[in-house]
Amino acid sequence: MIDETLRSELQKQGIVTTTLEELYNWGRKNSVWPLGFGLACCAIEMIAASMSRWDLARFGAEVFRPSPRQADLMIVAGTVTKKMAPQVVRLYNQMSEPKYVIAMGACAISGGPFKQGYNVLKGIDRYIPVDVHIPGCPPRPEALLHAFMTLQQRIAEQELTGPNRPRHLNADAPAEFPVPEFGEHDLVPPKNSGVWQPPVLVRA
Amino acid sequence: MPPSPYLYIVVLMIAALGFAAGPLILARLWAKKFSPPKPGADKGAIYECGLESKGDAWIQFKSEYYLYAIIFLIFDVETIFLLPFAVSFTGLSGGAFIAMVIFLLLLVEGLAWAWMKGVLTWK
Repeated sequence: MIDETLRSELQKQGIVTTTLEELYNWGRKNSVWPLGFGLACCAIEMIAASMSRWDLARFGAEVFRPSPRQADLMIVAGTVTKKMAPQVVRLYNQMSEPKYVIAMGACAISGGPFKQGYNVLKGIDRYIPVDVHIPGCPPRPEALLHAFMTLQQRIAEQELTGPNRPRHLNADAPAEFPVPEFGEHDLVPPKNSGVWQPPVLVRA
Repeated sequence: MPPSPYLYIVVLMIAALGFAAGPLILARLWAKKFSPPKPGADKGAIYECGLESKGDAWIQFKSEYYLYAIIFLIFDVETIFLLPFAVSFTGLSGGAFIAMVIFLLLLVEGLAWAWMKGVLTWK
């Protein structure tokens, strides 16, 4: 590994040094293709973010793919009803590796204003691993851009070996997440224990 | 002895094949080494909209629209043939005239049949 100070010194002199890992991650982070997939009002903000005023294309993410097989970022934009949850998980399973998830808006991260509703999932992170959560109702396009930049940063920092390596290089990472089914009163199972554990209440 | 003139074509063909197949093979090797797939039942599923596919893909479609096709032929395509027929009518031989009348009668027969079947009545 090259020393950081030497590296920045070289950069000032116009000599760029890099590693294969950095190049690989640089390519990956600048070609994230989101799935064209909106669930509720947050999708309107997502559409706005992809249009000329906010211009998601600056980050290499303007190609919203209509097929999960060509997408590697799922922006869960809106309320996930219990009827829709199996479809969301199935779409996530069908996406190509390595895949990332941004949960956009209060509903997608927690159920939001509909949390008390009998038919609303209290956060999509109960079933699939979420990389970036955005609060807001709905979050403005700037918030989505910020989440996107956060995701890019995370991709850039991912080492290709070690515990933080991306999913596709990790043989132990599950290929598919179990798709919930409609039960008598709720989705069965109500959560995927592998990705989500209910927060433990600590009483003073 | 000069090489056969076809040799150049063979060389170009091999180059073209390599140009087309090379990137595909490289991509395949790259995928094998750097992004091993994570196959699964859902990922291999046919349908891509999140819903499960139901039933069999080998179903029969009703061919009800053949009537529209026939009537379209009578009223639309026939006109295309009738116009040049009318334009060159005076210069036509007897054989051509009879052939055209047979063609017209064939289509009129179809019209009569559709009429009898009640296709022309608006319900």
